[in-house]
Amino acid sequence: MEKLINDFSFGLFFWQFIILLVVVFVLGKFAWKPIVNALEAREAGITDALAAAENAKREMANLKADNEKLLAEARAERDALLKEAREIKEQMIADAKVEAEAHGEKLIAQAKAVIESEKAAAVIDLKNQVSSISIEIAERLLKDQLANKEAQSKLVEKMLDEVKLN
Amino acid sequence: MVTLKKSLNLLAAVIFTASSVFSYAQTNAQSNEGNLSKAEQSIEETLEAVEDTEHVVAEKTQKEKVQDHITHHLADDYSFVFFSDEATGKNYGFPLPVILIDNGLKVFMSSEFDYGKKLVEKDGQTYKLYHSKIYKTDAEGTINYDDKHFVTNEKPLDFSITKNVASLMFTTILIIIMFTGLAKTYKNGPNNLPKGFSRALEPMVLYVRDEMAIPNIGKDKYKKFMPYLLSVFFLIFLLNVLGLTPLGFNVTGSISVTACLALFTFFFVHFSANKDYWKHMLWMPGVPVPMKIMLAPIEILGALIKPFSLMVRLFANITAGHSVVFGLIAIIFVMQQELTTGGATAVGFLLSTFLVFLEILVAFLQAFIFTMLSSLFIGMAVAEHDHEEAHH
Repeated sequence: MEKLINDFSFGLFFWQFIILLVVVFVLGKFAWKPIVNALEAREAGITDALAAAENAKREMANLKADNEKLLAEARAERDALLKEAREIKEQMIADAKVEAEAHGEKLIAQAKAVIESEKAAAVIDLKNQVSSISIEIAERLLKDQLANKEAQSKLVEKMLDEVKLN
Repeated sequence: MVTLKKSLNLLAAVIFTASSVFSYAQTNAQSNEGNLSKAEQSIEETLEAVEDTEHVVAEKTQKEKVQDHITHHLADDYSFVFFSDEATGKNYGFPLPVILIDNGLKVFMSSEFDYGKKLVEKDGQTYKLYHSKIYKTDAEGTINYDDKHFVTNEKPLDFSITKNVASLMFTTILIIIMFTGLAKTYKNGPNNLPKGFSRALEPMVLYVRDEMAIPNIGKDKYKKFMPYLLSVFFLIFLLNVLGLTPLGFNVTGSISVTACLALFTFFFVHFSANKDYWKHMLWMPGVPVPMKIMLAPIEILGALIKPFSLMVRLFANITAGHSVVFGLIAIIFVMQQELTTGGATAVGFLLSTFLVFLEILVAFLQAFIFTMLSSLFIGMAVAEHDHEEAHH
């Protein structure tokens, strides 16, 4: 121990003290602190970058899911549209058919009515003609009867034949 | 709060504290023994010198020389010597400035001492370099000893740029260059990765942060202490590693340096300590009053022992490592006769190579432990006690 105390050199202690102060504080300002800060900043940067990458990945996955959802929705919409269109078409065809049928029936009915009225008119016309012919015949008959009895009957017969021909 | 990892760290800390005490005790005992045996040796030597048995004397002086070399290496010096030629007594290296404050500032180069061979006289005061220390002496350079063979001469206030201070400055410049370089790479944004040598530094900074600061201090408070922890870690680590190079630094193996480091930790801990820490230290909550009175001195003592153990652990580990490496290298010279030159070289080389690898581990480990324990102590001082409410 005495040897150790004897070996203690105040000068060396003093210089070591000065140098350590310099190394700790001066080098601290120009080297240690920048180094430590840079290392920390770099690590923080790496952590941030990793987190950002992870986020981006998650967002991509979300986006993809969204896209698929949209696509499915679009497809469903298209299907619905097609179905609706088909329904409308069928409806239209059915409606047209019904309408056509109704129209046809109406036309037929009209035609029938026209035919009936024509027929009635024709019958009336016929009746008028028959009556006028009968009157004519009767007139002639009466005229002939007034002249010759035989001729009269002959005429009647002849007239009757004519009437039949008519 | 106390996770498994933390408890493991604590356990490791306890083991290393204990181990350093042992190693310290051993070195202390060894040095005491060394002193005793040296004294005996010198007595025997003088006796044998009288009897003139040359061979024995030669061997003894060689062992002594090894011992001298080791103590000389472990001690601080006023010049940087890379290589010395003993035959001619020449040293190859460069002198360093000596700065003394003794009735005014006195600055001169250590070459004026010529490695202790000459006295230096400044303003009527003579200085002598004796065993790597400068003493004030009379004009003849007399060194006085007390009964324990310690020098009693007065020492001037000495702010010299010694070998250790120069090494420390060199290392500091290295650290400044290395880390301002690393800091510069982040100027263009934190994602600008460092290139070249800085690339190796960044993981170590991360290591200090993720293994020491954050687990011990906590995620929201660690940042304030990072400059200190990083400074201490890299300074100790680099000094330890450079100490293993042939440059021959032994900075972290000198008690003044480790004392200063430990003192810094002590101040950092106690200046940043919160109310809880002081309360737990001085007036322990949740125990009866007599226990509070009993615990306070123990806690205060504990707070003082913590930095003391930091100081001794680093000092003892590095000193022991350097001594053993030197000792093993010395095998080459000491065992030359027993093992032949080749054998001694091989043994010394193998053993010291193995030990240097171990020392590289120790260099890192001691820096790690010092920083780890500093952050642990800081963490204890700034911890928020969630269970606090239960006491009141």
